[in-house]
Amino acid sequence: MIEAERLTKRYAGFTAVQDLSFAVGRGEIAGFLGPNGAGKSSTMRMLACYLPPTAGRARVAGFDVFSQSLEVRRRVGYLPESTPLYPDMRVGEYLEYRAAIRGLGRSQTRQRIAAVLDQCQLADVERRIIGQLSKGYRQRVGIADALLHEPELLILDEPTIGLDPTQIRQMRDLIRGLAGKHTVLLSTHILPEVEATCTRVLILHRGRIAAQGTPAEVVAQSRVANEITVELDAGDEATALLERIEGVLSVQKVPGPEAPWRRFALHLQPGADPRAAVHALAVEKRWGLRELSRRTPSLEDVFVRLVHSEDSTATP
Amino acid sequence: MRIFAALLGRELRALVHSPIAGVVFTLFLALTGLNFYLILSAFTRSQTPITLVEAFFNTTIFWYSFLAIFPLLTMRLYAEEFRQGTFEMLQTAPVRDWQIVLSKFLGAYLFAVALWLPTILYFAIYAWITREQAAPALGSYWGSYALIALMAAFFVSIGCFASALTRNQIVAAILAYVMIAFVFYIGLLGFTMTNLAPPLRAFVNYLSSAEHMYEFNRGLLNTKPVVFYLSLAFLLQFLTHAVLQARRWLR
Repeated sequence: MIEAERLTKRYAGFTAVQDLSFAVGRGEIAGFLGPNGAGKSSTMRMLACYLPPTAGRARVAGFDVFSQSLEVRRRVGYLPESTPLYPDMRVGEYLEYRAAIRGLGRSQTRQRIAAVLDQCQLADVERRIIGQLSKGYRQRVGIADALLHEPELLILDEPTIGLDPTQIRQMRDLIRGLAGKHTVLLSTHILPEVEATCTRVLILHRGRIAAQGTPAEVVAQSRVANEITVELDAGDEATALLERIEGVLSVQKVPGPEAPWRRFALHLQPGADPRAAVHALAVEKRWGLRELSRRTPSLEDVFVRLVHSEDSTATP
Repeated sequence: MRIFAALLGRELRALVHSPIAGVVFTLFLALTGLNFYLILSAFTRSQTPITLVEAFFNTTIFWYSFLAIFPLLTMRLYAEEFRQGTFEMLQTAPVRDWQIVLSKFLGAYLFAVALWLPTILYFAIYAWITREQAAPALGSYWGSYALIALMAAFFVSIGCFASALTRNQIVAAILAYVMIAFVFYIGLLGFTMTNLAPPLRAFVNYLSSAEHMYEFNRGLLNTKPVVFYLSLAFLLQFLTHAVLQARRWLR
């Protein structure tokens, strides 16, 4: 549904998106993750045909976002981050207007408006003026608008921002309900959200893709998944000895515990699990051992690690 | 066509619903009413060689109220949508930029022209009460209102262009007013500077709205001003379209 090839967006003086290549299949729910300023919104705006790419190309439903922009726009429902709506219009009026500028026929308009009002639970505010609605309702009006023409691709830029926990859950159910019929690309800062809803994750950092795949794949690929923590009462030779254990790639000292305890993070080859060997070594060397753990990391851990470690390599 | 009708409908409804429209309409009616009243009372006091229609479209009050409405009517057209972010919704809908440009122009233009409809009543009431026409021939009315419609096309276009340049409505209004005043005052040079070189005077008169009005409200239709206003209106709409295209690239 989406194919991006070396997509690049430069603004005066800085590059927001650099050589982004990715693909999202039909019916998938793809989550865009990344810190503020990572290039999520820029990428979404390019896919929604609002901003032309500086270089590279992107196709949506087989049409180029630049040269076949109208075809793409007919097939995309887009909700920008700030949910811009006309505050002076009534909900029903606004949806009628949006249906008309998308060229929907009269009977189709009536039928689709009834459908999206129901889908987004907006029936009770149909006659209300948008400017007087709460944030949660406005957000849903934005989504209702994006769904109006039954788009093949739905692009939602932070659809849950500013919502309360109940509304977030409703939004999540709504988005999950769209899977299969629509392809969805959404961005968010709420990571458990992505694990709960998305079939595919793209982590963006500094305008590049830092990781992508299913949530499970992204977690499995990351260093955090292949790491064990050990806390020992050992001498300075411990680092070298631990490194010699089979399956251990490197050993890092982690500051924290009071003397004489030392804490180490062991980075492993994928699939390796030398916890028993570490224990055996501690017994052999008569070290005190008070922690030996392997955590199943969450997407959040992976995300923080990716973003943080790249930051530290960028600015040593 | 249906898409364009929807865009235009939205523009008209936004204009009518905005407080600016009410303020402009009230202010405009008060000023033109005052204008009409002052002229009538001047006419009853002394004999003049000019007709009521000529007088009505040539006073200072007329020109100030006429020129001042355009920046007020057009300042929000683009600037407000840029600020609200709703322009992003327009540009990502399957709508061409020229449809947006044209609908915004036409919305403001129809409103600007509609403002003048009540003034026809002034002359009708005058004729009804005095049993005398305000102008010797119908051409006077046609000419005057046709020129109003022509000038409105140009001045609304200036306003559209100014509004497309900024997110700030106040800045848009000031820009539009400066541009409109610039064109208008250049046209007045022919009246104020008596020692102007003949070719320069011809040029200044070509631009002069006051000079055009002087011809048109005696029923003398001249094609030069028609071409002048329509071509500039078209050029400005073209530039507005270019600004919208450029905004996509330069953000």
